[in-house]
Amino acid sequence: MNRIIVLAFIIAFSTSGFSQNRGLEIAKKYDEAYTGWGSYATTSKMILKNQHGQESSRLLSGRNLEQSSDGDKSMIFFDSPKDVKGTAVLTFTHKEGTDDQWLYLPAIKRVKRIASTNKSGPFVGSEFAYEDLSSQEIEKYSYKYVKDEKANGANCHVVERDPVDPKSGYKFMHVYYNPNQKYRIEKIVFFDRKGSKFKTLIYKGYQKYKGSYWFPDELHMTNHQSQKETRIMFETYNFNVDLEDNDFSQTKLRSAK
Amino acid sequence: MKLIFSFFLVAIFSIQAFSQELGPKESKISKEFSLEVSSDHRFFFKDGLYNKQENYFASIAIEPEFTLKWDEGEQRIIGDLFGRLSTHDQNRSHWDIRELYYQIAKNDWELSAGLKKIYWGVIESVHLVDVINQTDLVEGFDGEDKLGQPMLHYTWLSNFGTFEGFLLPYHRKRTLPREEGRLRFPIVLDAADAEYESDMDEFDLGGAFRYSNYFGVFDVGLSYIYHTNREFLVRSNEAFQLVPYYEKMHQLGLEVQATTGAFLWKFEGINRYADSDDFMALAAGGEYTFSNIKSSGVDLGVLAEFIYDDREPIQFDFETGEITGSTGTGFQKDIFVGGRLGFNDTQDSAILFGGLFDLEKEGKIFSLEAERRFAQNWKGELELRIFTDFEEDELFYFFRDDSFIQLNLGRYF
Repeated sequence: MNRIIVLAFIIAFSTSGFSQNRGLEIAKKYDEAYTGWGSYATTSKMILKNQHGQESSRLLSGRNLEQSSDGDKSMIFFDSPKDVKGTAVLTFTHKEGTDDQWLYLPAIKRVKRIASTNKSGPFVGSEFAYEDLSSQEIEKYSYKYVKDEKANGANCHVVERDPVDPKSGYKFMHVYYNPNQKYRIEKIVFFDRKGSKFKTLIYKGYQKYKGSYWFPDELHMTNHQSQKETRIMFETYNFNVDLEDNDFSQTKLRSAK
Repeated sequence: MKLIFSFFLVAIFSIQAFSQELGPKESKISKEFSLEVSSDHRFFFKDGLYNKQENYFASIAIEPEFTLKWDEGEQRIIGDLFGRLSTHDQNRSHWDIRELYYQIAKNDWELSAGLKKIYWGVIESVHLVDVINQTDLVEGFDGEDKLGQPMLHYTWLSNFGTFEGFLLPYHRKRTLPREEGRLRFPIVLDAADAEYESDMDEFDLGGAFRYSNYFGVFDVGLSYIYHTNREFLVRSNEAFQLVPYYEKMHQLGLEVQATTGAFLWKFEGINRYADSDDFMALAAGGEYTFSNIKSSGVDLGVLAEFIYDDREPIQFDFETGEITGSTGTGFQKDIFVGGRLGFNDTQDSAILFGGLFDLEKEGKIFSLEAERRFAQNWKGELELRIFTDFEEDELFYFFRDDSFIQLNLGRYF
């Protein structure tokens, strides 16, 4: 009897160890596929739809810089609504610990360092939380392979991703990696702290840039609990910008736009 | 004003000639234009203490802004003009060039020439180190409205931090209310009568330097300025009229912020040296943000700041005609306690509230500022300031009946 229990434990442990390894392996393959893009700039339109179907929009532009030894750097500029035009956020993501973040307020030309611990809060009234939009470093989650399932019509590996940060708004998420297209993400289903289904993010209109990197034309987030939706439509991707560290500085928060 | 313009034009042409040397590039010019039209209504709860003061001020303001960019955005001309028409107080009806400058921005250096606004500092309740621009006092009570400052501004982004140099060829006089205006001293000073320590008057040539950097959780700024003071003394001129008097000053400033998790720890301090007085002032405090409270999306930041200032507030002795103290501050030992509510909604709604308490006397100022966007292009703002329990030897004693509420509605084009 005892032996059977021990055996069952061994099997359970080894399979869970196996699925953890496999989950991490898939995440690493994704990370490898998205290594080497260097830097790029985007313009996008964010469309927010409330539970009554009313829409409002924001125009954003962004720039990203890949870092090898630490998390990536990014800047987001608000181009509309007009009363917040010029507002910009600079983020240095870190593989471990909290990110560094600065906010530029154009009315008084002030740059202020802000706390970046607000992971779970909504980004400018949208259904995207700050953590959904920050750089997805491998170290920020633990992984577990769950199953294979179709998403966007493609066969995907579904990996459960658990956030390391206790301040995350999620207990876990199911990430759909497409192994036939360099492990690009087709879909993410988010589960809230209680483990209930919370939001679904669908990646649409993938295009290949620089010969090997898949980037989506649209991110579509649906909140199942509030019935609100947010779409981010990328209008341009520019991989020829050749950005450097200085382009991600407090000074450039003001002068880059 | 004409002279400011000619300075600006000369600077533009000389830099333009210089940048041509760097080699011509794609010359496609991109233009952007925006316009804000707003109307504000300021209502004072009590009658003014002084003759002719009014209780209700309505005004309209326009602020057109433009950007011209070329050379793939490396060269730009930025313009930000401002004008207000007010029902009372002819000085509140005024216009200004907030910004009008040419800039060339390379990867590791930037050079600007013209009128520009610069912000220094980390503290919310007072702005001690922030002295590049003159305060547009008739615009707002919090000292965050600034006049455009003519300058040459050079920035170097090095591996050991950001170095900035400023050449300041002109001094702007602080705007001041007329008889009808509120939030003023019992005597009405005319900015145009201002006298200067510098032989060059407002053409006093000054300079400033700033080093800023960040080290992990720390953000640090160290600044030095030598120019005519933005704050003035009150003294009697040859015709025995009281006028603003601007001295020369040296000022050393330090700002430090530590950002540890949801805590922000802040310090800023100055040492200022002038003929009439050498003094130091500092402010230190902290801010903690409770974010996404109960998954509502709402953030609440709570903050407390201690303010210390060596200077005595201005006093008028109407019997002897003697004037002592400074117009620069109403704070000696005070504490500010407040909160900031951010709703993180599609309308970017936010509320800022707080109280300033004198630690040695009874005076208090309570304030509330709320803002929200309506539709896509409208914005409403509400501001409330309450002055209470001020005693005779405090600066805000002069404003003790000037509690007010203000509503502002703006449309963006």
